[in-house]
Amino acid sequence: MSKNDVICVVCPVGCKISIAENKDAELGYDIEGNKCKKGINYAIEELTNPTRNIASTVCIEGAHLTRLPVKTSEPIPKGKIFECMNEINKIKLTAPVKMGDIIIENVRGTEVNILATRSLPDI
Amino acid sequence: MRDYDIIVVGGGPAGLAAAIEAKKNGVDSILILEREIELGGILQQCIHHGFGLHVFNQELTGPEYAENFINETKELGIEYKTDTMVLDVTDDKTVVFVNAVDGYQTLKAKSVVLAMGCRENTRGAIGIPGSRPSGVLTAGAAQRLINIEGYMVGRQAVIMGTGDIGLIMARRLTLEGASVKAVMSRRTYPAGLMRNVVQCLYDYNIPMMLQHTVTKIHGKERVEGVTIVSLDENRKPIPGSEQYMECDTLLLSVGLIPENELSRKAGVTMDKNSNGPFVNESRETNVEGIFACGNVLHVHDVVDFVTEESRTAGRAAAAYVLDRAPASASTISVTPGKDINYIVPHTIDPEKVEEEIELMFRVSELFDDSRIVVKKDGETVKSKKKARMYPGEMEMIKIKSDILEGSQNSNLTVEVEEVPDKNE
Repeated sequence: MSKNDVICVVCPVGCKISIAENKDAELGYDIEGNKCKKGINYAIEELTNPTRNIASTVCIEGAHLTRLPVKTSEPIPKGKIFECMNEINKIKLTAPVKMGDIIIENVRGTEVNILATRSLPDI
Repeated sequence: MRDYDIIVVGGGPAGLAAAIEAKKNGVDSILILEREIELGGILQQCIHHGFGLHVFNQELTGPEYAENFINETKELGIEYKTDTMVLDVTDDKTVVFVNAVDGYQTLKAKSVVLAMGCRENTRGAIGIPGSRPSGVLTAGAAQRLINIEGYMVGRQAVIMGTGDIGLIMARRLTLEGASVKAVMSRRTYPAGLMRNVVQCLYDYNIPMMLQHTVTKIHGKERVEGVTIVSLDENRKPIPGSEQYMECDTLLLSVGLIPENELSRKAGVTMDKNSNGPFVNESRETNVEGIFACGNVLHVHDVVDFVTEESRTAGRAAAAYVLDRAPASASTISVTPGKDINYIVPHTIDPEKVEEEIELMFRVSELFDDSRIVVKKDGETVKSKKKARMYPGEMEMIKIKSDILEGSQNSNLTVEVEEVPDKNE
C-alpha cells in the first residue's frame, strides 16, 4: 500500500481513500474515494498522526496467575509501538495490583501511561 | 422444595448480566455456576481494546469489562460457585453439578438461565489432512496460552481463517516477536471487521491471502510447514496452485459453535441455522422457565450486545419467578427470508413488546448497497438501506410495537433486497 492510501475503519464499508497534500485545497489535501464525510477526518489523521492503542501482559508474582494484562491509557504514535512493547516486556511485578494502577508512567516519552487492566490480589 | 429461584449456568458476560438484572428486578435467590476458576468468561483472555462502547460509552479491554460486571455481582451479593461443572439440566429445572468443594450436587430452581457461551471449531471441523504434530491450535487456545498462562505458542505462524480472533492473534503474535507469514480466508472477503484487518494485519505488513486454504500439515513432532492452495470462485482448489509454506505453528480461526449439550438435555428445541435454542422475545426457550442468552443462543461479534440480550433474559426470568409474567402467548413467528441465515428471536408475543423489539440476524453473503426488508404476512412493514452487509457482522433492526399490535398467528420475515446498480 502506498503511503497515501488509507483504508477507512470508521464503518464496515472500508473505503479505500487516497490522500495527497495540496496547499490550494480547502483542507490542505486532495482526498478521494471516501463515500462519506467521516472518511475525511480519518484520512487526514492517518496521514499526519496515526495512533494506536496497544495491549499486552507483564510478569507478576504472588498472584494466582503469572501474567497481568496491561494497556495504553490512550493511543500512542504508531511508530512507537515496538519501543513501548520493549518497555512493557521489562516489567516484573508483585501482587497485589488493582485495575487502573499505573504500571509505567509516560512510556517512552509519549505522555501515555501503561495501566493494569485487571486486579490481581496476593495469595 | 426449591433451592434457588434462578440458577445461571455460566459466569461469563451473559451469565453475569442476566444474574445482575434478575437481582435488580427483585429476585434474591440466585446462583451462578462457572466451570473456570474465576468469573468473567472469555473476556479475561481478550486483553485488547474495543469492548464496552455501547454499554459503558468508553473503549475498555476485555478484562476491564469483565471486572466491572464481577464487581457488581459481588456488590449485589449474588452467590456463585467457580471451578464447578454443570453435568445436567432437566426440563423440571433440576441442575446437577460437581466441584471439589461440594462434590456431586443436585439443586432445584424455579428458573434456569443458560449462558454457556460457545467454543471454537477445531482442525477436525474443517478436515485438514496430514500428520498430527504439536503446534496446531485454535486461535482462542493460543490467546489463552499467551495472555493468561504466559506461554508463547511459536515463532513462525500461519493463520487459517480471518475471523476476528484470528486477526487479533496475528497482531498479538507479532507484538510478542513471532513472525506471522500469512492469514488466509477461503472467501473473497475477510470474515472479521475491517477495523481489525487494518489494525491487526496491514499495520504490521502481514499478508492476507483471500481465496486460499490449508490442504496439508507437515511435520512429525512439531509443525514444519503447511501446503496451501488457491481456491476458485466456487471455493474449489485450483490444480497446480499448491505451495509450501514453512512455519512451526498453525492457528485456526474457523468459526464458533454455541455450546448447547446441556440445552439439549433439558429438552430445549434447537434452530439448526443459529445452532442455538428457539426463543421468544424474552429469550425464553420452548421449555417454560428456561432462558438462553449470549453466545449459547447465537454467536455475537460484540460483547455489548451480549450484555443487552442477557439483561432481557434476566428481567424475564425474574418476572417468571415472581409470577408477574403472564403465560407466554407468542403469536408471531419470525423466519429468515432470502439471503438471511438466522433471526433471533424466533417468536414474538405482541402483548409483551413495550415500545419496540429488536431483531438480530446475519446475512448469508456479502452485499453492497442493499436493503433489509421486513415483511408481515408478505407485506413490507419496514425497510432500511445498508451500504454493506456481510456474514461476519450481525445486523439489527427495530420493529415498533404498533406494527405488531393485534397480530394473531402472523409471520414476520426479514430478507435482503439488492438495489439495482444505477450505472446499469
